[in-house]
Amino acid sequence: MFLTFFLALRAAGIKASLREFLTLQEAMLQGLSGFDTEHFYYLARSILVKDERFLDRFDVVFGEHFKGILNPAPEIAGEVAVRELPREWLEKLAEKHLTDEEKAQIEAMGGFEKLMETLRQRLEEQKQRHQGGSKWIGTAGTSPFGAEGYNPEGVRIGQENGRNRKAVKVWDKRSFKNLAGDAELGTRNMKIALRRLRRFAREGAAEELDLNGTIRSTARNAGYLDLQMVPERHNAIKILLLLDIGGSMDEHIKLCEQLFTAAKTEFKHLKHLYFHNCPYDSLYTDARMRRTDELPTLDALNKYDHTWKLIFVGDASMSPYELTQPGGAASFFNAEAGQVWLQRLITHYPKAVWLNPTAEPYWKHTHTIGTINKLMEERMYGLTLAGLDTAMRRLMR
Amino acid sequence: MRFEGTENFVATEDLKVAVNAAVALQRPLLIKGEPGTGKTVLAQEIASALGRDLISWHIKSTTKAQQGLYEYDAVSRLRDSQLGDARVHDIGNYIVRGKLWDAFEAETAPVLLIDEIDKADIEFPNDLLLELDRMEFYVYETRQTIKAKQRPVIVITSNNEKELPDAFLRRCFFHYIKFPDRETMERIVEVHYPGISHLLLHEALTSFFELRDVQGLKKRPSTSEFLDWLKLLLVEDIAPELLREKNAAKLIPPLHGALLKNEQDVHLFERVAFLARRG
Repeated sequence: MFLTFFLALRAAGIKASLREFLTLQEAMLQGLSGFDTEHFYYLARSILVKDERFLDRFDVVFGEHFKGILNPAPEIAGEVAVRELPREWLEKLAEKHLTDEEKAQIEAMGGFEKLMETLRQRLEEQKQRHQGGSKWIGTAGTSPFGAEGYNPEGVRIGQENGRNRKAVKVWDKRSFKNLAGDAELGTRNMKIALRRLRRFAREGAAEELDLNGTIRSTARNAGYLDLQMVPERHNAIKILLLLDIGGSMDEHIKLCEQLFTAAKTEFKHLKHLYFHNCPYDSLYTDARMRRTDELPTLDALNKYDHTWKLIFVGDASMSPYELTQPGGAASFFNAEAGQVWLQRLITHYPKAVWLNPTAEPYWKHTHTIGTINKLMEERMYGLTLAGLDTAMRRLMR
Repeated sequence: MRFEGTENFVATEDLKVAVNAAVALQRPLLIKGEPGTGKTVLAQEIASALGRDLISWHIKSTTKAQQGLYEYDAVSRLRDSQLGDARVHDIGNYIVRGKLWDAFEAETAPVLLIDEIDKADIEFPNDLLLELDRMEFYVYETRQTIKAKQRPVIVITSNNEKELPDAFLRRCFFHYIKFPDRETMERIVEVHYPGISHLLLHEALTSFFELRDVQGLKKRPSTSEFLDWLKLLLVEDIAPELLREKNAAKLIPPLHGALLKNEQDVHLFERVAFLARRG
């Protein structure tokens, strides 16, 4: 009963277990759902979903799965409704973004009407796939319409001229610097936030005298002394720091440098690797990012297992192609799209955050920030003291 | 016996389904939600609706799972032994019962509230897995097994400060209390202050939801704070018109101290209100 629904949920990343599925069966047998689909929805939700972050995902799968079988409850219907786009709105916006050359290109493609038609089809298609759950394997990457086309801002054709801070290809100006520095001053407050990461786990050999334990066990022993030892405290936190350097990050290097200095003195296990804009097949052990410093990302995943906590530091601002399209990387040919690699990293490390030096109010102006934030399940924080504090708290949960 | 909300508590449909399912299948019910949405009150209301006793166990950062079962008071035993008290020969005299023990031994199955479970150490839920699953535990000192006479209804609340272990979550039912919409809010107010003037309620709700919509508040006011504020408005006999004040000098709602709890939020709201009403 509802096995396909259960499998669809698991496919969508809701990790409901067999035990929970059986509980649902038990509940159904006891007639707890009544004969009401809305009740069934509530019942299934309270049994199968254990984290409010996944409630929305559950709604989507539920809506998709039971579409046509039943009249969905209003809140589900809202999820499924396909939005109609006003045509004039698109035209006007596209007009504003197009140069004469591009207009000529459009003519070659069959004219503006045709283009808009294609765009509309793409939108439709993407919307449906999105509902299907595999939202990041989109058509968007191969289209001239940007990553998530239904924002008319995304109608950007060609995009050779590179707008502010969006280098499509950066061949030159590879002036990367090693981020290590001794900018000790002014990093005190960051250290305070990072200190949260230290968790003293008691493990290893018995070494210290446990005074409280000794008193307690002596009392238990009716007054005869009974010495107790405890393992020495040491920091068990393992941090993998992935730093974005070069290109659009140049103006943020200073800020990162400070964070880096602060971090270096706080953890025993700290590994820093570098990438440019978005991690692909390889990461680099050195900021100069030479071929000899290359470390294949898959090797890194094997070497640093899921007990490491992953911190990205980057502005997440790039051309959408660098994120969504194979071959879109700025400096070499990547067989798989950047977001595939990102997703791989995020799945591998359950504890991951992204620190973004760009001020938070400006995030909405750069498309890829939103995309990556969604990939990170909203775990992107500003590189400020407050942002760092929340990020560290999130990592420790 | 079904839980349908009480005269003091407005339960939404999804909450009722979750509560009834958890009661029927005898699984713990995990409740999350914004602070002040009535997570703790829910347990009291379930108890009174089902006519059961309520046993509350409030968790602090220092609470250990063992304390919920029992504690062995070794220090008083040591003292008694030095004083030559006869009680010292029976170790059972020094076993102090915990909340779970009380709940297990009760004649009619009570409602057990484990409040703010996320406050405790990260291993705390794991230490209670078996006890909550089988509803029994073993007392090493006296070599006896305590078994629940009836399985209590267990309500667990969390404020999301820590993530709970998967093994624990799999054994629970989960419900996230959404922040009530305007309609639910009206019903809630009706329950707490019956016969409140519609005009006042309307204006107060409008101000309240406007305030909650302000982006970047450090702490958004909750249902319980709204109810407190409303009570203040009633006590002070504030006229509804005052809430609609467009005068630049009185941008911020009267008695806002009940809603905004830190000065940065007050400043932020003043700025936003100033911008909004100037236009």
